[in-house]
Amino acid sequence: MDSEARQHVIDCINTGIRLDGRKTTEYRTPIKVETGVTKNAEGSAKVTIGETEVIAGVKMMIDKPYPDKPDEGTIMVGAELLPLSNPDFELGPPGIQAIELARVVDRGIRESGAIDGKKLCIKEGEMVWIISVDICTINDAGNLFDASSLAAIAAIKDAVFPEHKDGVIDYKNLTDKKLPVSKTPLSVTVHKVGPHLIVDPTTEEEAVSDARLTVAVTEDGEICAMQKGGNEPLSTEDISNMIDLAKEKIEELRALLG
Amino acid sequence: MGELKLENKSIVVPGEEIATGMDYIPGSGTYRLGEGIRANRLGLLSVTGRAVKVIPLSGKYIPKKGDLIICRVIDILMTGWRLDTNSAYSAVLPLRDATTEFIQKGADLTKWFKIGDYLSAKIVNVTSQFLVDITTKGPGLRKLEGGRIIKVNPSKVPRIIGKQGSMVSLIKEQTGCRIVVGQNGLIWLQGDPKDELIAVETIRKIERESHIQGLTDRVKAFLEEKKKEMTGE
Amino acid sequence: MPYTKRQDGRAFDETREIEAKVGVIKRADGSAYFRIGKTVAYAAVYGPRDLYPKFLQNPTEGVLRCNYNMMPFSGSGERVRPGANRRAKEISLVTEKALTPVVDLKQFPNAVVDVFIELPQTDAGSRCAGICAASMALADAGITMKDLVGAVSVGRVDDKIVVDLDYSEESYEGGPVADIPTAYIPTMDKFSLLQMDGRISKEQLTEALEMAKKACTRIVEEQRKALKAKFDIDVSNEGGDSDGQ
Repeated sequence: MDSEARQHVIDCINTGIRLDGRKTTEYRTPIKVETGVTKNAEGSAKVTIGETEVIAGVKMMIDKPYPDKPDEGTIMVGAELLPLSNPDFELGPPGIQAIELARVVDRGIRESGAIDGKKLCIKEGEMVWIISVDICTINDAGNLFDASSLAAIAAIKDAVFPEHKDGVIDYKNLTDKKLPVSKTPLSVTVHKVGPHLIVDPTTEEEAVSDARLTVAVTEDGEICAMQKGGNEPLSTEDISNMIDLAKEKIEELRALLG
Repeated sequence: MGELKLENKSIVVPGEEIATGMDYIPGSGTYRLGEGIRANRLGLLSVTGRAVKVIPLSGKYIPKKGDLIICRVIDILMTGWRLDTNSAYSAVLPLRDATTEFIQKGADLTKWFKIGDYLSAKIVNVTSQFLVDITTKGPGLRKLEGGRIIKVNPSKVPRIIGKQGSMVSLIKEQTGCRIVVGQNGLIWLQGDPKDELIAVETIRKIERESHIQGLTDRVKAFLEEKKKEMTGE
Repeated sequence: MPYTKRQDGRAFDETREIEAKVGVIKRADGSAYFRIGKTVAYAAVYGPRDLYPKFLQNPTEGVLRCNYNMMPFSGSGERVRPGANRRAKEISLVTEKALTPVVDLKQFPNAVVDVFIELPQTDAGSRCAGICAASMALADAGITMKDLVGAVSVGRVDDKIVVDLDYSEESYEGGPVADIPTAYIPTMDKFSLLQMDGRISKEQLTEALEMAKKACTRIVEEQRKALKAKFDIDVSNEGGDSDGQ
């Protein structure tokens, strides 16, 4: 769209530094993951990457299972691009940006098999746990994708079940039983600007990005979800390079989760 | 007897009592309440003789006649261009004020300025309802090609420019960047990427520390240190 | 059984612990964080900016627009469905009315100042916490204001008049309860928010409002401190500068 701004970003990277002085494969600092940030959620996490900040919270409900999966509970991810976090975000029901964000984070968690639905069954055919993970943006300074997926998994790992009796939850009293998390998927989004691949874009860089690829990877190194965005198509070579870079960065992020 | 309740140059907040009695005269950013004077905005207290005012430290730009601003083309009209001014009000650049060239009726206006272009322009007129007219005819007024745009708080612009342009000249000299500072808080910079970065960091420092005395000396020291780092490596 | 002692050990005229910060949301023109006990509010101000749709514009002065929202995981019970419900819309309205008397937008015809209030965690008093955060965020955004606005709920728990009811007091079952959210403007000595549910006598109400004035004045003091703290930065690395305080 803004061809001059795009060219300037490319020119800067050609000399080895981005607009804010980072290298192409460098994340902003500090990256912080803080859990237990909101007491009324069964699990929560706040993630800060540079000036970008998001909160994810987990709430649990007991409900009837789907008829085709009578012994499985479910997990759902929602995202809200709060108008508080960016002057361009508007009030109202989630727009397509928020929906895509939620679905990309959701897929990473769902497809990795992070949570075994069967372990969320209370009584087959009658009662299962429904886990809601909601992501709220506090400050959007770019790269909401990676911040959100990191916050979501951190909140899930922080979550404990509340007490319940006969299908009624006592939210005031939490057990010490953690959500059964068997895999920890993390995702990194690699952007292509002209010939360059970069990670952790600022909003300025996002505005001039030609294409992006979000890659979710489990601790076994298995790719469990992907999403390609942006208007420009990608070659197999691009895809291969983007995945390599994503995998490398994911290992760095993994160290932060502990 | 009136009495000043706060020291000159202190930070004041809305509602805060600045002076008592009728001896002091309330200026901008202040109001009289009973016999005293209160602040009605966040800022730096400035007392000159008996006149008190509050110098803002934040707030959006308000278009003012004669200001040099940097604005972005957002629409092309029959009669000119519409531009975003980084304020609540957009501006119009009429054909006759855009260039000394003759523009034929019905000509393709994107030949001169297209959507997304940044221009340095001067505000010609502002009505009471904030219809804003600008011109790009005049020395230094033009389309800004290449480089980058950064945003600062408009209230910090006077410090970034400095007395008679001393501060911005200092940054230009030390970094070799071309810099245009708009009164509306947009700044255009162009230079070697590393130098641009130093210029941006310097401007951020000024923005952050503008209310604390000794700014020029700190900026000088900062720039020298940065240059040393760069050549040292 | 008379209400003799508050569950968390506070005096009857004592608020919960307060934490206030300014400039917490970098993208916003002004922002603040306000915590009172376990209730947390963020506020971000954008504007004055273009107001659309155009029919909402006021050609004589700018418009203040507030939006109150609880995050889905912020409530003590079930997940709160995202989006505006009747409660949130009403609170947005009374928040706007609480702040309007101090705000001067005559310089900004046709424009809007948007205030977005978000609550990540609530435990009673969330609308008041939202107003306090918004008051600081507006000042931080450089909006012309006659004063800051302090807000706190007061009320009655059985035979006692108390300030800043927490959830256990709002839902006290040992006697009648009245919950009165208030907002108070110290320099004007006037209230800009007054709601009540419960039962109370006029004498008790008068007593409660006096308590509200004192508490709000203290809260405004906290807001002032937070606003000033934003400018209290360290430039010591170069040394030799006199920074006053």
